[in-house]
Amino acid sequence: MEKIFQKLSFSSATLVFIILLGIFITLFNAARPAINEFGLHFIVDPVWNKEVPLTTPTAKTSTVQASTTDDNIAVNPDDFSEDDGMGMDEDEDSVPTKTVYGGLVPLVGTIFSTLIALAFAMPIAMGIAIFLAEIAPKNISSLVGGAIELLAAIPSIIFGMWGLYYFAPIVADLFGGFQVSLLTAGLVLGVMILPFMAAITRDSMNTTPDILKESAYALGATKFEVIKDIIFPFSKTGIIGSIILSLGRALGETMAVAFLIGSIFELPHKVTDPTITIPVALANNFGEASGVGMSSLFYLALILFVMSFGVISFAKFYFLRKVN
Amino acid sequence: MTLMSIKKFSFTYPGADEPSLKNITLPIEKNKITALIGPSGCGKSTLLRSMNRIHDLYPGNKYDGKIELFNETSKKYENILDIKKENEFIELRQKVGMIFQKPTPFPMSIFDNVAYGLKIAGIKNKSELQDRVENALKGSALWKEVHDRLGKSAMGLSGGQQQRLCIARAVAVKPELLLFDEPTSALDPISTGAIEELLVELKKDITIAIVTHNMQQASRISDYTAFMYLGDLVEYDKTENIFLNPKEKQTEDYITGRFG
Amino acid sequence: MKRLVINKIVLALSTLSAVLGLAFLAWILITLFVKGLSSFHLSLFVNDLINNGLRNLIIGQFILAGMASIIGIPLGMVAGIYIREYGRGRYANIIRNLSDIMMSAPSIVIGAFVYALVVVPTGHTSGFAGSIALAIMMIPIVISTTDSMLSLVPQELREAGIALGASKYKVIFDIVIKSAKVGIMTGILLAFARIVGETAPLLFTSQTSNYFTLDLTQAFPSLSVSIYDLASDVQTSSRDLAWAASFILTVMVLVINLTGKFITRNKK
Ligand SMILES: Nc1ncnc2c1ncn2[C@@H]1O[C@H](COP(=O)(O)OP(=O)(O)O)[C@@H](O)[C@H]1O
Ligand SMILES: [Mg+2]
Repeated sequence: MEKIFQKLSFSSATLVFIILLGIFITLFNAARPAINEFGLHFIVDPVWNKEVPLTTPTAKTSTVQASTTDDNIAVNPDDFSEDDGMGMDEDEDSVPTKTVYGGLVPLVGTIFSTLIALAFAMPIAMGIAIFLAEIAPKNISSLVGGAIELLAAIPSIIFGMWGLYYFAPIVADLFGGFQVSLLTAGLVLGVMILPFMAAITRDSMNTTPDILKESAYALGATKFEVIKDIIFPFSKTGIIGSIILSLGRALGETMAVAFLIGSIFELPHKVTDPTITIPVALANNFGEASGVGMSSLFYLALILFVMSFGVISFAKFYFLRKVN
Repeated sequence: MTLMSIKKFSFTYPGADEPSLKNITLPIEKNKITALIGPSGCGKSTLLRSMNRIHDLYPGNKYDGKIELFNETSKKYENILDIKKENEFIELRQKVGMIFQKPTPFPMSIFDNVAYGLKIAGIKNKSELQDRVENALKGSALWKEVHDRLGKSAMGLSGGQQQRLCIARAVAVKPELLLFDEPTSALDPISTGAIEELLVELKKDITIAIVTHNMQQASRISDYTAFMYLGDLVEYDKTENIFLNPKEKQTEDYITGRFG
Repeated sequence: MKRLVINKIVLALSTLSAVLGLAFLAWILITLFVKGLSSFHLSLFVNDLINNGLRNLIIGQFILAGMASIIGIPLGMVAGIYIREYGRGRYANIIRNLSDIMMSAPSIVIGAFVYALVVVPTGHTSGFAGSIALAIMMIPIVISTTDSMLSLVPQELREAGIALGASKYKVIFDIVIKSAKVGIMTGILLAFARIVGETAPLLFTSQTSNYFTLDLTQAFPSLSVSIYDLASDVQTSSRDLAWAASFILTVMVLVINLTGKFITRNKK
């Protein structure tokens, strides 16, 4: 029994490793057709699902890109679909074509929505953490802290619906532009990671020993000075770790963004323009895709997985190293 | 001359039924070392922490009675329990510094540690900062050991050095009274000896109140000793009287090691 | 004094941040209540989506999360036990860290993984695929809970057991797990609350269905996935239904979450 259980528990633990490796290998395999066809150029190619002539692909691709983006500004932003380059199709009819997929747009969308979320959430989360750790008396702190953690428990799809129907209109009124945009998606994403960031930052701040703070107060420091000079430097690594971990969360968030980003494969010119992120590209296109298109979606999934794996392990190993 | 005069002072922690300190009357004499002794839990730290009202970092404490501190400018005694405003608290704590059981180096360089109190007090002049840091470190017998690595992190010092650094940091702001809460309890005998010497040296300029568990330490360095028991001040006298002929039976029992 | 003013300003701004955080919570919850309750009707619990009800979706969501728990909880617990009780140093630590990383892996990527692993070979979406995706999300959470709850059990307890001549396996099951039981169970409850509200990993694994079914080999009704479909529908009636569904989903998640937290707090 002893031996069997030991083996069993070892296998279960190893399963974690197998799943992670399995995710990587499976995504890589499924993405292989796209990887073979587009290579690393995929990352810098802003075109998604476009017919281009087979000959001299690189040179042509860039001209097509330029004209399509121009086209799209004039065209209704919802209408990004295949028959975009109508005018071109006529002279290309005779030439054999292939469909090109590039990941630049969702990659840019993912990175910028995450950055907007961070920029919005960070100061507020720091403020909340300071309030919870240093300002509020114990009972109020645990009450408010509990409420903030409740915000983290709300399913992300709810953030998306609330964001689209109630939050985005206000943002669009204030900043102009579309209700579905990089900005509104980023801000809702910010509201979503807010409680998570605040809670870990508070926990890090709470690791500062009382006598260290008292030593500073005993020299005549104000609360703000104690926070700035003692608590933040002392819990610096934990706080940076919590910010990076929140960044990792924001990168992979799907549902809150899906309602708000606009879901069009177009580079945004302003923050108030709609675009798309990797998770949303997967969520909205997986159903219909096939062939190289499908494979390109897996390529995107692989990129997202590697990105978030990198970001999270960076946070873990450099900042939140668990002493065991 | 009496620097601080504690009168009929009682203290209750938030939520506690009983006061932790009951009706304490005790003078802290200027340029002397006053030791607070007594068994664990008798309220020594509580009393010490009332003297600069560090208790007030946490809400809900109840004070009764008076703690009067002599104000050098107005030449009058002022009751520190009347303090309510933030700037008065800051002033009080600049006058009454504190050293804790464990060294508390700040997460910054040795120089910045010592300069911290000065900087927040508004001293920006580089050469003045340098002079005062140097003097404080010399006064704390640490200068020789650290003068060539002032820019290094204070975390790299030994425990004894860290504790002297904390003393230098407190001394740098030129307090009138320094409160020590078992400052050597986490240190080895050699570091303890160095700190005891330092305290005796310091009392020329600064009045000292020290909580100690170590009876020998109290008898070695203090001028006055207060023996506390269960929140009461049992006996206060010149140190030699307390140790050679205590008036109270409880005091005698404690210093002869019969309990505590 | 300038520094006192700065101090006041910073403290005021921090307090304001907390108020802002609470305001967001209130805004979202009030929206949910008002919108959700205005389209709420008891018949929602009787009819299936095909008849404008939510019965099949609610049951489906619980079955998906329940199946995920049946797969994920034992695996996660046993793995957690390995890390804390059997694991020696390096390997256990690597698994612990990998599990933490897995916990933060994007849920949509897990959906894509299960799609390639299960949906493509079987040719269609299924309740099983959805459950597997949720189970993969649950495992690292259960591992981390088990690991940290077992770490709270004092070492002396294990040594006392071993000293009585019990085998390690016996000690773990009869002593260690028993004394960490409440903690592990609340952790599992919180893990369940985390996955029961998930949408992204189900989108292309279980999908959703308008009909009531218990057949896990077919596309399976999911409340969260249907919310996504309904909410983006042009018809107002669909959107109203989405709000009612969101209200129910959130109440479900929050009730389970709060129950877990309540037990934890009472234990302390
Ligand atoms: N923060 C606190 N809250 C409530 N009671 C406390 C607190 N700190 C100390 N006490 C109680 O006050 C009494 C005196 O404690 P303390 O002053 O720390 O004793 P000493 O320093 O003499 O060992 C003890 O009974 C202790 O339990
Ligand atoms: Mg004490």
